[in-house]
Amino acid sequence: MSQENTKGSGTAEQKPTFSQGGVPTTGHSWDGDIRELTNPLPRWWVWAFYITAIFTVVYWLFYPAWPVGSTFTKGVPGLNSITYTATQVDGTEVEKTTHWNMRSKFMVEMNELHAAQKQWFDKVAATPYDQIAQDAELMQFVTSAGKTLFSDNCAPCHQAGGQGVIGFAPNLTDDHWQYGGAYEQIEATIVHGRRGYMPAFKEIVSDEEIGQLANYVLSLSGEPHDAGSASSGAKLFQTNTAGCYACHGADAKGIEGIGSANLTDKIWLWANIPELNTPEEKLKVVKTIISGGLNRGVMPPWEDRLKPDQIKLLTVYVHQGLGGGK
Amino acid sequence: MKHDKIERNLGILLVLTMVAISAGGLVEIVPLFFIKETVEKVEGVRPYKPLELRGRDIYIREGCYLCHSQMIRPFRDEALRYGHYSLAAESKYDHPFQWGSKRTGPDLARVGGKYSNDWQTQHLIAPRSLVPQSVMPNYPWLAKNDLDYSDIGLRLRALRKTGVPYSETQAEYDRNVEEFGADVAKYLHIPDAEKNLISQAQQGNYDTNPDKLTEMDALVAYLQMLGTLVDFKKYDDDYFVKFR
Repeated sequence: MSQENTKGSGTAEQKPTFSQGGVPTTGHSWDGDIRELTNPLPRWWVWAFYITAIFTVVYWLFYPAWPVGSTFTKGVPGLNSITYTATQVDGTEVEKTTHWNMRSKFMVEMNELHAAQKQWFDKVAATPYDQIAQDAELMQFVTSAGKTLFSDNCAPCHQAGGQGVIGFAPNLTDDHWQYGGAYEQIEATIVHGRRGYMPAFKEIVSDEEIGQLANYVLSLSGEPHDAGSASSGAKLFQTNTAGCYACHGADAKGIEGIGSANLTDKIWLWANIPELNTPEEKLKVVKTIISGGLNRGVMPPWEDRLKPDQIKLLTVYVHQGLGGGK
Repeated sequence: MKHDKIERNLGILLVLTMVAISAGGLVEIVPLFFIKETVEKVEGVRPYKPLELRGRDIYIREGCYLCHSQMIRPFRDEALRYGHYSLAAESKYDHPFQWGSKRTGPDLARVGGKYSNDWQTQHLIAPRSLVPQSVMPNYPWLAKNDLDYSDIGLRLRALRKTGVPYSETQAEYDRNVEEFGADVAKYLHIPDAEKNLISQAQQGNYDTNPDKLTEMDALVAYLQMLGTLVDFKKYDDDYFVKFR
């Protein structure tokens, strides 16, 4: 704190010792020999500072900046305006010019994107489903754009390659389709979503009967089962007491219109039968499903999230790109 | 320039420092209180229902905001991935808001309805069972913990103090009916908060376990409504430009 020279430190009064470059000191000294040089700020730094100050003024001319009352300055009119085309609620397009702002610029950028992809999306929209697959050039676009759409929207459930997750979401790459694998059916699934449901049977049939039904279900796909119990289950399957046939069909092959499972193929969605080793475990997990039912298998609708042309493209991607479409 | 006077006199230094900071504050902050123009006039935005609010509190408790933002910026890449850019109006009842630019996980501003309740539940319990490349931690306790909603009324009251229009009196309730419609207003009534929380959880069955009201119910209820309040089909593409 002391600005006085510290004569008591043992040395004689000290002159500034760091002035050899001709740089003066502030005249303060601490502990007798610590002094503070007063170097001027570097030229480049000072100029950079001035330039930033000038830049702010230029910025005010070009961009929205100062709040004024209940509004704000929007730059000099016409100096940095943006002209965009916007679609109105009624479907018409209008062209408008505004001061520079991010939301207008965003619309211009989105329009540029749409313009770049327009010829391809128009072609997808105009081509009937079964002919898109014939057009190799168009399929190239479908495959690359479809992969992006699929990764973002579908992969979280159906996985990146469309292979699904047993116990959660169906495999889209095989030939088995719960709600149908034709173009129109796949499109309907994407547009409206799906809701899987199977009622619980524990209140409807006895525990023994559930065991019989489970044995029958296992027998249908060649899994180990009790033959006697399964034949009782087969009869029960067709009765109105259990009523299994109503959803799964008399042939147990499922009904696409309601998305009921085909019980005769070896494809399992809710019970991971192939992973289980012992017949007891397999029987137990099938019994659990019959007894408790299923209230899962919800696929959200995408009609509000994706545009119709994107949905059509995605349909082709699922049908053709992932394979297995019918 | 003589800095000496200022630097050697603490009193003057203090006063001048405060003057400098206040000037900056006045110029930058005060005008924002008067710019109503920047909050879009838009239909559908409402305060959180009690169950959603409880879910939001859990979202904050678990630190979800450390990796997930809730603010889609008006950039092409963000719109393509996440949907329509976020509006100021959409977070006007948020205390604290969940904006941000630090994203380890994806932005969640429009995650509502994108996945099923089943997916959200399974994904929160074990993210890698559905998204193999995910680095998100597991949150298995959410599905086990009973939801503590004993103080839900107090939580609504605290927000009411900050200006969120939860209703305490009949007059406030009537005002909400006028502003939000009877269906929404009933959920904003503080005396009925607990009843409404339970009924929403039972109807929604968010954690896919109908027997238990868990923290998962609340968090998924919150996630499923994010970004779903405004129907953008009702507005011209450029309607929101005039607020900027």
